[in-house]
Amino acid sequence: MDFFIVVTLIKIAVIFGVLMTTLAYLQWVERKVIAHIQVRPGPYMVGPHGLLQPLADVIKLITKEDVRPPFVHKVLYMAAPFVAVTFALISISVIPFGPALHVAGYTTWMQLTDLNIGVLFILAISSMGVYGVAFAGWSSNNKYALLGGLRSSAQMISYELPMSIAIASPLLLSNTLSLRGLVETQAGSFWHWNVLRGPFPQVFAFIIFLIAAFAETNRVPFDLPEAENELVAGFHTEYSSMKFASFFMAEYANMVTVSCMAVLLFLGGWYAPFPVRYGSWLVPVVIFAGAGIIALYHGFHAARRRDSYTFPAAGVIFLLVAAVFAAPMVRDWLLPLFWFCGKAGLILFAFMWIRGTLPRFRYDQLMAFTWKYLFPAAMINLLITAFLVAWVS
Amino acid sequence: MDVILFLAFALFALACAINVVVQKHPIASAISLIGVMGSLAVIYLLLGGEFIAAAQVIVYAGAIMVLFVFVIMLLNAGAETGSARSLTAQSLGAPLLVGLLCILSYFVQRLFPHEFATHFGEFTGGGPKEVGEALFTTYLLPFEATSILILIAIVGAIVLARKEID
Amino acid sequence: MAEVPISWYLTLSAALFTIGAAGFIFRRNIITVFMSIELMLNAVNLSFVTFAYQFKKVDGHLLALFVMVVAAAEAAVGLAIILTVVKRRPSMDIDEVSTMKN
Repeated sequence: MDFFIVVTLIKIAVIFGVLMTTLAYLQWVERKVIAHIQVRPGPYMVGPHGLLQPLADVIKLITKEDVRPPFVHKVLYMAAPFVAVTFALISISVIPFGPALHVAGYTTWMQLTDLNIGVLFILAISSMGVYGVAFAGWSSNNKYALLGGLRSSAQMISYELPMSIAIASPLLLSNTLSLRGLVETQAGSFWHWNVLRGPFPQVFAFIIFLIAAFAETNRVPFDLPEAENELVAGFHTEYSSMKFASFFMAEYANMVTVSCMAVLLFLGGWYAPFPVRYGSWLVPVVIFAGAGIIALYHGFHAARRRDSYTFPAAGVIFLLVAAVFAAPMVRDWLLPLFWFCGKAGLILFAFMWIRGTLPRFRYDQLMAFTWKYLFPAAMINLLITAFLVAWVS
Repeated sequence: MDVILFLAFALFALACAINVVVQKHPIASAISLIGVMGSLAVIYLLLGGEFIAAAQVIVYAGAIMVLFVFVIMLLNAGAETGSARSLTAQSLGAPLLVGLLCILSYFVQRLFPHEFATHFGEFTGGGPKEVGEALFTTYLLPFEATSILILIAIVGAIVLARKEID
Repeated sequence: MAEVPISWYLTLSAALFTIGAAGFIFRRNIITVFMSIELMLNAVNLSFVTFAYQFKKVDGHLLALFVMVVAAAEAAVGLAIILTVVKRRPSMDIDEVSTMKN
């Protein structure tokens, strides 16, 4: 029993550390991706290719003056960012990142806890996440913040409906609410994933879930309540330094959560598209080796003076990682982790890609879209899935 | 372990409930009510009601209370002003309420003596599977009736709260 | 003593119900009165779930779910009524909504 507590504490430390670093570097990735979409370099001054930019941002945000405007509701003004961040981070605790790890005779899963109502838990926590936004908007004693907060919370609760129904459709195929069990029912090759299997492939549910996820996390094209040129930054107008950073951390953590949920529900979790015995262990090796060779090539024909030693260094690191993936002893824990993170990373890249590409919806267009089109579409998808599942079995 | 969890969350629920009734500003009452609902969800988990605990957080704490918070923000409700009723009513009412509570507790303790005890994990019939089976077989008629009730409520709320177009 | 007697759950339910009733009777702000009603409904849910545990049947959970659904419908319509009433007369005191005029 004691060993279990020690292992759980170690897992909490690992997951928390990795998650915090990922959130910081997710912002770097987003800035680089959007910059390259807009044909400009993005951050490249601080550190090689701007890799230390998140560190510079954190230092700036921590040392900035913490302005507290007068006449705000003191308790709620202070508490709102904490509420937002807490609920955003709690939902990471039930997400399984990989299969069981067997270390020295002790078996543990790459998951903090497996609830047998895991999906309902994530839905509950995302319902509670509305409060952070609502309290932030109301307590700021600012009419733009209030309007932004109310609009944003109304948007979030409206889009919870199609999201829940889009979640219910693959649950009909998998018949379990536990996240670990969901992945186990999608074992095998890519045609066993929920998005492609069963009497009715859940393609529409996947698309509806992604659209609702964009709205739940207040991302483009649904980010009117927090856009700078619309409502003077919406519900976080009056927040500065660390509290503002908390809201951003909460937004990125929500993005990570919904991407992981999409992977677990629709894309087969940590299972590779084709089994290991057909060579799916080669895919990460090829990817990283290719990246290493490209980096080394560009290092020898460097465009900027600094690139003549950053690119070869990166190339060597990539080749080392490829060698690590080629080793057979890491195959049963590192490969599933790679596939899970790869799929979630692709969905996060889709988030950033769409941010750089699409314009944003007006608020009434947004609400009309969910109530008139998305919710009926989700219901029709659920009805067809239920009918076909009942017919087949 | 059950005792510690139950006592902690029961005391928190009682404190939040008293706070709901005592606070002057409605937003403080609303936040305390969210606290009551959260701790009740944990107590449902102790009683083996996994589905009902999740439903409590999703429906009550995550939707109904959001509705309350919206209305308080929209109406810009301020703190309640003015004095309460007469002092005799206050000094008579509070002890009578405490007396009612004591009588209720006494009768409850007498009807359910100590050997009716709960253990965590003893009741496993509260999961989503069992609730779903009962909902769609035994309780199908109430399920359909409450669906129509929700539809009526949606239509009624929209009609009541929209602006009059003159 | 590693077990919690059932009477404790029922006492908690009775206490929450009493506090909710007190709030319903003594408070004058419309929204606080409404929140006390929700508190009473939650107390009743708790006793439903407790009795479901005692008889080892799932029916108590079902009844609690229906109570939740009805409470949701009632909250929606009640808050719409509150919005309409408060917009007509700018006061949130239930003592001032005592006439049928206007």
